[in-house]
Amino acid sequence: MQAVAFYMFSIVAVIAGTLVVFARNPVHSVLWLILAFFSTAGLFVMMGAEFLAMLLMIIYVGAVAVLFLFVVMMLDIDFAELRGRVAQYLPLGLAIGVILVIQLSVGFAAWTGMEQENIEPGAVYGMTNAHALGSVVYTRYVYAFQAAGLILLVAMVGAIVLTLRHREGVKKQNVLEQMYRDPQTAVELKDVRPGQSL
Amino acid sequence: MDDHGFWLFLTILGQCLLVMVVVLVSLAFLLYMDRKVWAAVQLRKGPNVVGPFGLLQSFADFLKFVMKEIVVPAGADRAVFLLAPMLTFVLASIAWVAIPFAEGWVISDMNVGILYLFAISSLGVYGVIMGGWAGNSKYPFLGGLRSAAQMVSYEVSIGFVIVCVLLMVGSLNLTDIVLAQDGAGVFSWFFLKQPVIFIVFFISALAETNRPPFDLPEAESELVAGYQVEYSSTPYLLFMIGEYMNIVMMCALTTILFFGGWLSPIGVGHGLFWFVLKVVFFFFMFAMVKAIVPRYRYDQLMRLGWKVFLPLSLAFVVLTAAWMKIFDVTPWAYSEDAYEKGRGAAIVSAPLVTPEPVLQEDL
Repeated sequence: MQAVAFYMFSIVAVIAGTLVVFARNPVHSVLWLILAFFSTAGLFVMMGAEFLAMLLMIIYVGAVAVLFLFVVMMLDIDFAELRGRVAQYLPLGLAIGVILVIQLSVGFAAWTGMEQENIEPGAVYGMTNAHALGSVVYTRYVYAFQAAGLILLVAMVGAIVLTLRHREGVKKQNVLEQMYRDPQTAVELKDVRPGQSL
Repeated sequence: MDDHGFWLFLTILGQCLLVMVVVLVSLAFLLYMDRKVWAAVQLRKGPNVVGPFGLLQSFADFLKFVMKEIVVPAGADRAVFLLAPMLTFVLASIAWVAIPFAEGWVISDMNVGILYLFAISSLGVYGVIMGGWAGNSKYPFLGGLRSAAQMVSYEVSIGFVIVCVLLMVGSLNLTDIVLAQDGAGVFSWFFLKQPVIFIVFFISALAETNRPPFDLPEAESELVAGYQVEYSSTPYLLFMIGEYMNIVMMCALTTILFFGGWLSPIGVGHGLFWFVLKVVFFFFMFAMVKAIVPRYRYDQLMRLGWKVFLPLSLAFVVLTAAWMKIFDVTPWAYSEDAYEKGRGAAIVSAPLVTPEPVLQEDL
């Protein structure tokens, strides 16, 4: 039963991942990407990492992919024209792909941490996922964790600084100003004589 | 699959069917209630023709929707167009799997229940965006874009609200969250301990479910009906049922997080009755808000989400954490009460008992 579910999730993830690249319509690409995220979340659940699975769904599917979709839907690009130049970018893309595969295989070949440390928090301590993660992330890996947070903060501040522009003549609503307006300051009584203007 | 597994499968299937049927049938009457409350506020009679007091109006509407012809606009992306309402409906229904209706009355008592509900509710935006885009039409597209921005904005504050509650409970399990509010009846419910956070959550729930005053994705008066313009017949029905199911789900979530779920206000006689009563009460509040409050403008909506709720909820996360640290309050999952009920968190005396890492020495 587990094997069936595993192969189902993996096959769906691989097919969806392939279709992200090959779908003709960019919006369809994003939708396939979401399906790939979803299947990966399923694989996480099968490994007993339900906390990570939910985080994947909330952050990647619920927020990041929504923004992708948002941007892709708003773009007005002639994708047929872009598609014509695939051959031009193919060598570069292939090179990046090959480098990634090599890096990953080297990384996994050298990675023996799991067996040696026997990290199976749930099984070992009877802890839930979140407890197990928290007890490691906030103690042993606290500096790495803080550094990761700092990098994200810097990226966020950078993005805001890059896009923030103060434009003149934009109408803005200041709620407090509106609420504290009263007749004394906002209304002025003028005595207009007949036959005259102000 | 062995015999035991097969029966377990059948039991779970039966439970799912039961919950689905009960939720859908009660939804029909909640829809009726929504319209009646709205009508009463506006001094109208509301539906009163089909059945006694118009009680069967929703069923008549259902039949009418199903009998109509499905119109797919020319130039629409057919697959995505039909997928969107189904997605909305399916996402709205699978959320119910984690809702505890009474102690032990839950299909999946998962450890990450609250995160699951949060994830499912944040996926709801896809139905709206896909529906808005696939119709190949201006108004639905604008509705879809508005909804994407709106739902992502309010999710952030909902997330922080949930963190506040989790700090006090110490567990992501929904049953634990309810049990943590057990004790002195109504006085130990979380809405008294965290009143501000409760209000933030309620308003964010309105925005997350696209209810008035935050119904900008639909906005009849400016976008005709937003992302639903091109929909007819059963797909429209699926959208509407999904939307109302999300609303009832949010009512249930409010009940669980802040109003003690199935716990009775006097401390004895807990049960399903109280849960249903509280959910109906919150649905009534949703209906009243719809009837009373005028629609927000788009910039006001964004201002409220990012400039008011986000700092407020973030401040309360810090405040709650600081309060618990300074006064040395243990989260419920580590209290004696929790261990007596067999739901306490595993005690980890030494979190670093694993041997020194081999590959991480340089950290």
